[in-house]
Amino acid sequence: MSLDHENDAAFNEALIAEVLSAYPDKFAKRRRKHLAVAKPAGADADAAPGEEGHLLSECDVKSNVKSIPGVMTIRGCSYAGSKGVVWGPVKDMVHISHGPVGCGHYSWSQRRNYYSGTTGIDSFVTMQVTSDFQERDIVFGGDKKLAKVIDELEEMFPLSRGISIQSECPIGLIGDDIEAVAKKKGKEIGKTIVPVRCEGFRGVSQSLGHHIANDTIRDWVLDKKDTGFEPGPYDVSVIGDYNIGGDAWASRRLLEDMGLRVIGNWSGDATLAEMERAPLGKLNLIHCYRSMNYICRHMEEKHGVPWMEYNLFGPSQIAASLRKIAKHFGPEIEAKAEAVIASYQPLVDAVVAKYRPRLEGKSVMLYVGGLRSRHVVTAYDDLGMRIVGTGYEFAHNDDYQRTGHYVVPGTLIYDDVTGYELEKFIEGIRPDLVGSGIKEKYPVQKMGIPFRQMHSWDYSGPYHGYDGFAIFARDMDKAINNPVWGLFDPPWKKKDAPVLQAAE
Amino acid sequence: MPQSAERVLDHATLFREPEYREMLARKRDTMECPASTEAVAAQSDHTKTWAYREKNLAREAVSINPAKACQPLGAVFAAAGFEKTMSFVHGSQGCVAYYRSHLSRHFKEPASAVSSSMTEDAAVFGGLNNMIDGLANTYALYGPKMIAVSTTCMAEVIGDDLQSFIENARAKGSIPQEFDVPYAHTPAFVGSHVDGYDVMIKGVLEHFWDGQERSPNDKINIVPGFDGFCVGNNRELKRILDLMGVSYTLIQDASDQFDTPSDGSFRMYAGGTTLADTAAALNAKATVSLQHWCTRKTLDYAAEKGQETASFHYPLGVGATDELVMKIAALAGVDIPAALDLERGRLVDAIADSQAYLHGKTYAIYGDPDFVHAMARFVMETGGEPTHCLATNGTKAWEEEMQALLSSSPFGKGAKVWAGKDLWHLRSLLFTEPVDLLVGNSYGKYVSRDTGTPLIRLTFPIFDRHHHHRFPLIGYQGGLNLLRTVLDVIFDKLDRDGDVAGETDISFDLTR
Ligand code: SF4
Ligand code: SF4
Repeated sequence: MSLDHENDAAFNEALIAEVLSAYPDKFAKRRRKHLAVAKPAGADADAAPGEEGHLLSECDVKSNVKSIPGVMTIRGCSYAGSKGVVWGPVKDMVHISHGPVGCGHYSWSQRRNYYSGTTGIDSFVTMQVTSDFQERDIVFGGDKKLAKVIDELEEMFPLSRGISIQSECPIGLIGDDIEAVAKKKGKEIGKTIVPVRCEGFRGVSQSLGHHIANDTIRDWVLDKKDTGFEPGPYDVSVIGDYNIGGDAWASRRLLEDMGLRVIGNWSGDATLAEMERAPLGKLNLIHCYRSMNYICRHMEEKHGVPWMEYNLFGPSQIAASLRKIAKHFGPEIEAKAEAVIASYQPLVDAVVAKYRPRLEGKSVMLYVGGLRSRHVVTAYDDLGMRIVGTGYEFAHNDDYQRTGHYVVPGTLIYDDVTGYELEKFIEGIRPDLVGSGIKEKYPVQKMGIPFRQMHSWDYSGPYHGYDGFAIFARDMDKAINNPVWGLFDPPWKKKDAPVLQAAE
Repeated sequence: MPQSAERVLDHATLFREPEYREMLARKRDTMECPASTEAVAAQSDHTKTWAYREKNLAREAVSINPAKACQPLGAVFAAAGFEKTMSFVHGSQGCVAYYRSHLSRHFKEPASAVSSSMTEDAAVFGGLNNMIDGLANTYALYGPKMIAVSTTCMAEVIGDDLQSFIENARAKGSIPQEFDVPYAHTPAFVGSHVDGYDVMIKGVLEHFWDGQERSPNDKINIVPGFDGFCVGNNRELKRILDLMGVSYTLIQDASDQFDTPSDGSFRMYAGGTTLADTAAALNAKATVSLQHWCTRKTLDYAAEKGQETASFHYPLGVGATDELVMKIAALAGVDIPAALDLERGRLVDAIADSQAYLHGKTYAIYGDPDFVHAMARFVMETGGEPTHCLATNGTKAWEEEMQALLSSSPFGKGAKVWAGKDLWHLRSLLFTEPVDLLVGNSYGKYVSRDTGTPLIRLTFPIFDRHHHHRFPLIGYQGGLNLLRTVLDVIFDKLDRDGDVAGETDISFDLTR
């Protein structure tokens, strides 16, 4: 990767100071620790290249602590991390949003975890199944109701392979014993039932929900039955690919083409069986480190399955990742990986030739969940675009460390950014593109700045793999070069019109 | 290799390419341990039977695809209809992220709201500090004129007392002494978003009206209710009222908040009922609700204050608009202007032009209670039959009212009312007693696909079509838009059915 530009550190420092001045003192101090400008990497950076190449900078912010009240944090909750991210995509299980109707309603079909299957018959991802708590359930407890919910689900969906119980806020507050219900009913119906204590008030963001969900896979899924699976020498599980817009499929093609056998995909388009057999794999490949590193560490310890981080956004990272993965399996796979990379080179060249001239030098600000805020940086770089600011909703310290491999000194870094801060940062920097979520999309566009949703791929995708890179490039071009941005000012008030390019 | 730079294929076409089809088939056969194709087919067929329907309707505990949201969503929407008002939802923060996303996905607009971000320690000690700090931050950062407080189920379960918390925060200097902070408890385990709307409106009125002396005037208050079409509808409503020369206050008007222009600046607040008007609305002669089931408590409160009250069910079509216009004319003591005679005549004219395509059509209608009532009435007005009327958040009383409506017309004969049922029930109903058309929101697309019933998107939320909410449905002019939306789906279906090139040219008519 080139990443040879620098960002304006002094300007960004001033911006941070200005933004903080609006807060009451106590909270200006607290927020100060979450905002920073990436510093040049220390002297030892070159000496010790990390997993993902040399360290470019240090992104030193405080993270994974409580949001301050009343500020419009963009974060969600544990339930979102468990039901929305980890468990929800497992397609042949029914996931109960256990508690009142709201949480399941708002998250219904919103995460674009594509799957193949017959919805309501053998697959259940785009369904909202809830115990729909009423006042009496709060007062008298919901365990009896939960047992009945499970019975009724058996009647309705006999082909389901299991059930997960996703706790909403009230469950942990009223002292229900969902584990007992899960055990008892699981025996009765002879299926896997997983109780998940992911109440929204636990932790500080989606992140604890990921962790809790990982732990329930460990405790209620792995090592529970004889899978009858015949392991092979090239078996890998893909962990932390949620198949947003088909990401995991675009990735799977590449892995299969290089001679690997993908024995499971966690958890986009996954079946329960795919998860159960993971301990028999030779290597766990982890894409979203933030949401699933816990279970990888567990399988390493308990089952001796090593794990490896990789990145399938943009040709530079794809090639580097395929090579790294292949190396693990030896010369035969390495040769095949080279063949795969070579076979896609003409596509990569054509995509870059077409889109790079239209995007060259454009600046981008990102604010996403726990992974993409760094993972997509090189994909932009492959198109000649520069990241001028980035941050995460629910990253931890280790994510910010890894971010140093991707962003250059001077880059503005914001952790758990508030609506106020993000608006001011964007106003101050006026990047050519912002990539963030649905809540950020419309305010940014109203400012006249192109925007792409980077959780849902803005209803596009896949973005993983070579097939995905072409789509990614096309979408960024669409966003930036659409003529609508030139229509904002009435002619009688017109300033300079931006230079745009027609679609090709 | 299916992908190319010249013609970039995304998910809509990419995965239909043979390479991907084969890969997915291989995955299924070798890795998924799926149910057998026969078992899937058998179960699929079974779900279409009366036997499955009976079991489905007998469910008592689990809700599957319910068409309702939780109370605080209604409260956040309600607060968005007042001048420079920030919603502050006390409880866990994830819920607020959800309400904002939900509203943004429908309106394609910003939706602002803050949370008091309570976590585990607040669950133990209560959320007082979150309220004190939260109000101070919201006030400092977002410069609101009013902060409207509601609650998530967490705060409700632990029993936080909003009134004393807010006063505490005031005493601590989080907000100025005179700053307006109305509130409403909005437990998610009671009712639905329509109730959240109701209690928040009532909370705002109580805040401004309680303890004030009422000196009645001739104005009329109008409360629109929870309405995803507020952008189009409220503007149409105001046009009609202006035409009639009525002096009125719209209590809660989110039409500008959810329709700000793109001109280079982001407006966090736009339009809404002014706080001064809200306070002065105590003196109005009457309060009229456009959606009865969204405003029961609000209307009781207005009546308590000595106002006349009246309520409607989201007036769609000719008869319902007639009633609204006549009631308002009577309350305001004005004549109905000739311009409205013309508008009415034009709507009747349009229905007459199209009646052959409307008469005898059967419908399944679902949504909020007022919408279902309104739509069933409009359908019957056009000679259609509202075979299934379903509201997940409909009560027993709603069911009775629906029965009365249906038995008032021969077109309602044989129609069934399904209070408290969900969209998985509806799926069974449409397999066993099929209809021509399904009316609802975007969530209906699954039932529509499974049962082959064309979906007409006419109510909140509409995520997968753009800009429908910018056009009115209510009133005579809105009726034209409503009618056209229904007819487009009917005609599209006719064309699709006749559109088999090389096989048939039957019924693919140029003129209809
Ligand atoms: S936790 Fe309660 S208030 Fe929050 S979205 Fe869920 S149901 Fe609604
Ligand atoms: S990739 Fe990002 S958005 Fe997706 S689960 Fe991981 S952190 Fe969340």
